[in-house]
Amino acid sequence: MIRFEGVKRLYGAVAALAGLDLEIEDGELVALLGPSGCGKTTALRILGGFDQPTAGRVLMDGRDITGVPANKRDMGMVFQAYSLFPNLDVRNNVAFGLRMRGQDKPTRLRRADELLELVGLQEAADRYPYQLSGGQQQRVAIARALAIEPKVLLLDEPLSALDARVRAQLRGEIRSLQRRLGITTLFVTHDQSEALSMADRVGVMHDGRLEQLDTPENVYRRPATAFAAEFVGAMNRLPGRIGDNGEVQVLGQRLQVLNIEGRGAGTPCLALLRPEAVSVVADSAGAGEISQRTFLGSSVRLEVTLDDGQRVLVEASSHSANLDLGARVGVRILAESVAVADAVVPQAAQSEAAAA
Amino acid sequence: MSFGAAAGGIGAGSLLAEIEDEPQPQQGPARRQGRPRIWRVTILVLAAIFFLGPIIASIKYSLILNSGAYGIGNYTAIISNGAIRSALITSLEIAGIAAVVVVALMLPTVVLVRLRLPKLTLLMEGVTVLPIVVPPIVIAAGLAQLQSSAPEWLIKLWFNSPITGLTPVYVVLAMPFSYRAFDTGVRAIDLRTLVDASRSLGASWFTTLTRVVLPNVQTAVLGAVFLTVAFCLGEVVISTILLYITLPVELIQASQSGNAGTSVALSVVSLVFVFGLLFSLSFLAGRRRGTKASRVI
Repeated sequence: MIRFEGVKRLYGAVAALAGLDLEIEDGELVALLGPSGCGKTTALRILGGFDQPTAGRVLMDGRDITGVPANKRDMGMVFQAYSLFPNLDVRNNVAFGLRMRGQDKPTRLRRADELLELVGLQEAADRYPYQLSGGQQQRVAIARALAIEPKVLLLDEPLSALDARVRAQLRGEIRSLQRRLGITTLFVTHDQSEALSMADRVGVMHDGRLEQLDTPENVYRRPATAFAAEFVGAMNRLPGRIGDNGEVQVLGQRLQVLNIEGRGAGTPCLALLRPEAVSVVADSAGAGEISQRTFLGSSVRLEVTLDDGQRVLVEASSHSANLDLGARVGVRILAESVAVADAVVPQAAQSEAAAA
Repeated sequence: MSFGAAAGGIGAGSLLAEIEDEPQPQQGPARRQGRPRIWRVTILVLAAIFFLGPIIASIKYSLILNSGAYGIGNYTAIISNGAIRSALITSLEIAGIAAVVVVALMLPTVVLVRLRLPKLTLLMEGVTVLPIVVPPIVIAAGLAQLQSSAPEWLIKLWFNSPITGLTPVYVVLAMPFSYRAFDTGVRAIDLRTLVDASRSLGASWFTTLTRVVLPNVQTAVLGAVFLTVAFCLGEVVISTILLYITLPVELIQASQSGNAGTSVALSVVSLVFVFGLLFSLSFLAGRRRGTKASRVI
């Protein structure tokens, strides 16, 4: 088990990590998701031993490994790109870690071939990295990281430099390999679909803090914070007001508020609703009209402009949504509960409050 | 030669481009095509005379014996003449040790600056250029002063032999080339990722430097080594002032004491040696780009 305990990393006055607490169970794949500069890569580098925390500690199976250098940590790492040693052929790249562990040549080359077979690249064993495509290079990098039978696998945006098709394919391959080998994995990405599709649990990071750590379903459906809600997936922000029973009234419907803590009745707020939690029906007496329509293949994203000027994003199946631009529609919320964010207070009101 | 050919190639290329760009005035480009060709040939011939003339003259001179007849006596004299032979050996030893020290010193320094102390980049660039900014004669004068006033143990330790006396000085003087060569080489690879990858696979810093960084900056290393060797074989001011007999110093002395033929023969040999080094550098660099990349080391 991996445990971050209050891990802080400061660069001058800037906190890349502002106290991270995180537990990764054995055999689990945890994805850290967040925008660039949120501290996710710093967390990974600290676990890998490439960076030292300013405060806090990192434990592996209860043992403090904070001060252990990278080459003694027993962790395999796959980098964004260009991490294969250009002077070695594929087989020797994979065997490098075993060579460092003092294994004899026949053993390490045999093991390298086994791993290349595992990632489906046995025929490329004699080639050099520059003779491989980006996807092949990353597969070799995965084989190389796994060759040393590490306790933990660290993935630093390994798919971000690949084209969409290869990325989707490799995503599945990495996940099934990780499941098959049962290897504890920390995966860092800024791509939400990658995090949601691959991880057992997703940690949403923002400004050096972990905003939410939960299963992909819960992160998506029940975001714990406004940031988590907005970063993961597209989001509508619809104004409303908290009611007496912890509900909010949005577009004429009453919805239960998920994160009511600290919000009293009458507080203005923004209800956060996924586009697919909203539906439209053609209705000549409806409250809005379709102002934008984007065809996405399996679905259609519609922007409905309501009569009061508010815009609502709606995602509908492309079979059912044969609505044209300018069509009048009625809008209905499908969800029964919703997360809310603090309403943005107008500046004048803010300075008044400050003066008071 | 190759310079002229390359210039010719570029000239022809740009002319072609011009012709493609301006299809209308057909006569103009045709006329212009004639003139640069004359210029190219003229410049090529002049450059060839300028560079090859003295070399051919030296070779011819070195082949004339004292008796006036032609022969290779001056070349065999290099080996039989004890003073020249020992000067040659001294210079080669200095060059070899200096080259090793340069690599051992510069590679970790450049890697350290790039990975851990990027703030020092500007400072390093300034410091490493100092040996060029300060004239060699000033360095020599300072060292001579030190040599004459240093305590005896320091004299014994440092100045007693040309190898200990000159190698450290040459390492410092070669710094402007060697630092830049390494810096360029290291900039060309994704250093941080390669180092991190190597470390995560269990390699120590030393192994990372020797097995991962060094082979991938091979061309830069060879460049730095050859420049250092060429510098050590040619440096004359400091070794003369500090009274060490190195190859170039011995060459001058030999030519002044009536052994001009042998001295010229030796300079031809050292020229061929340095040329050989530079050609093998470009050969190795070319091989790295080829399909069988980097099996060299």
